[in-house]
Amino acid sequence: MAAKDELGRRGEKLAAEYLQDQGLKILARNWRCAEGELDIVATDGVATVIFCEVKTRSGTGFGTPVEAVTRGKRRRIRRLSYLWLTSQPLESWPDRRFDVIGILMRPGAAPQLRHVRSAF
Amino acid sequence: MGLGRAVAVSLLGVAGHVVDVEADIAGGLPATTIVGMGDTAVAQAKDRVHAAVLNSGFRWPQHRITVSLAPAGFHKRGAGFDLAIAVAVLAAAGDVPADASAGPVLIGELGLDGSVRPVSGVLPCLLAAAAAGRTEAIVAEHNLAEASLARGLRVRGVACLADLVAHFHGMPGLLREPAPTAPTAPSSVPDMADVLGQPEARFALELAAAGGHHLAMIGPPGAGKTMLAARLPGLLPPLTEEQALQVTAIHSVAGTLDPQTPLITTAPFVDPHHSASLVAMVGGGSGDIRPGSVSLAHRGVLFLDESPEFKPAVLDALRQPMESGSVLVMRAKHMARFPARFQLVLAANPCPCAAARDIDCTCPSGVRRRYLGRLSGPLLDRVDIRVDLPAVDAMALAGDTEPQEPSSVIAQRVAAARERAAYRWRDYGYACNAEASGPQVRELWHDRFPRPLLLERAMRLGRLTARGHDRVLRLALTATDLADRGRPSDADVAMALALRCGEAA
Repeated sequence: MAAKDELGRRGEKLAAEYLQDQGLKILARNWRCAEGELDIVATDGVATVIFCEVKTRSGTGFGTPVEAVTRGKRRRIRRLSYLWLTSQPLESWPDRRFDVIGILMRPGAAPQLRHVRSAF
Repeated sequence: MGLGRAVAVSLLGVAGHVVDVEADIAGGLPATTIVGMGDTAVAQAKDRVHAAVLNSGFRWPQHRITVSLAPAGFHKRGAGFDLAIAVAVLAAAGDVPADASAGPVLIGELGLDGSVRPVSGVLPCLLAAAAAGRTEAIVAEHNLAEASLARGLRVRGVACLADLVAHFHGMPGLLREPAPTAPTAPSSVPDMADVLGQPEARFALELAAAGGHHLAMIGPPGAGKTMLAARLPGLLPPLTEEQALQVTAIHSVAGTLDPQTPLITTAPFVDPHHSASLVAMVGGGSGDIRPGSVSLAHRGVLFLDESPEFKPAVLDALRQPMESGSVLVMRAKHMARFPARFQLVLAANPCPCAAARDIDCTCPSGVRRRYLGRLSGPLLDRVDIRVDLPAVDAMALAGDTEPQEPSSVIAQRVAAARERAAYRWRDYGYACNAEASGPQVRELWHDRFPRPLLLERAMRLGRLTARGHDRVLRLALTATDLADRGRPSDADVAMALALRCGEAA
């Protein structure tokens, strides 16, 4: 596995643990279809499904992690959210929320996590 | 999460408006929006400011940033808002003390490295800021000499964004104070002593200078038309402090000032090429409204060499500013009024072939007639003095070794004559005879002097229009002022009429 994939994997694991600490229930991780991949799908257990994009970087030389969630990526996540919902046996149509978690993992330092709720 | 404020100035034509720059930081993905009707340069400020802030060693907030330029109702142009936007964002992020940032007016463009660059139009911006009650301004160091001309507010220069932020934190000695007195540029106007011969034209130029009259010079190439016109600013009185500021403000918007010696103290001389477009002449342009030649020549001389070669529409566009002393440039989105009280000097060859001697002319008579006919009647009607310059032949050049009067001597006579004219019109507030309106000249003449029978006859014979009549009276007044006669003689009126009709030579 390439180093950057390894970094992303670690970041996503960290983000999932963080969301569980927040009291959310993880419904899916790395859900894939032909269109792409959703990093984390979670729910608050009431009526909202949270689609969370996790971006991990080892430095800010090319910008901060949350900055890297571009317009095109946001559009793809919106589209994927419908595909995920249609793949589920739903009783009612839930509210959707899109979050971004940016994680900065500088080598030899504690990871810094930033959670942007309702990011887009 | 944070709100920051700074103050800038927006420029429309030569009029400035104080703009409050606010930055708000709210939750959300990092994004920067600038609202408040900015042009492309304002929209691109976010990329310049972003880089400048990072390269100055500060953080760029990783949140949604909204920058507002208020009042939002009018269009804002240019890169001069960069500095204020950067400071407002840093204040919102808490990197600049909020109470410090909202005080001074900030004008400057930011380089990507955080350096503060000069912008055009700083003087009119600061004049507007001072009029709006602002007491402090910070501009690019390169703009400091120009900015310090504005009275009533403390102006300082800054080299880079990091210095400005440190200054706001109370660190002393980072801003540059202006020089105690702005040095004025040495005058580069050529001298009348260089002009050989042409006694009639010399006198016509003196009259034009003394009365502020428009002047037309017709003559073959080499007669000295351009030479004479270029020397007119040297005969005019130096600009008053108020005029100098106004003229400098116009040239500041045009971006033609010398950064070291910005203050213009002598009458400007503007000589557009005859290919000039209408917009180049009267001002305008898409988006950015810029002053045209007529405004750059404000309080100075607008010289049109080869005037029949100008497009007729361009020439006729001069008529309105010649009457009103300003141009109102209207566009769909905005309008701007520029001062344009210039003295027009037209030069023309007598015909397209422009032979040195009339007898050598090869033009058919119709072509000859039509050539000067391109100068429309209404335009020439506004020109008080028309002088024909004969070719200077070699004999005259060789024989004329007597030293000619230098500009300084003539300028003294002109100044004295202008003083008399200003005294005459003291109740009206006019500086020279040419500024008085036709009815006012007629009324004054009627009250004090005998009826100009010569002119009444000229009008009856169709030699003179009604407006021309008033203009001859005006010119006669100037001749009287120059001769210090107190009241015009018949000879003054006759000479004025002759000069107007181009019969002096």
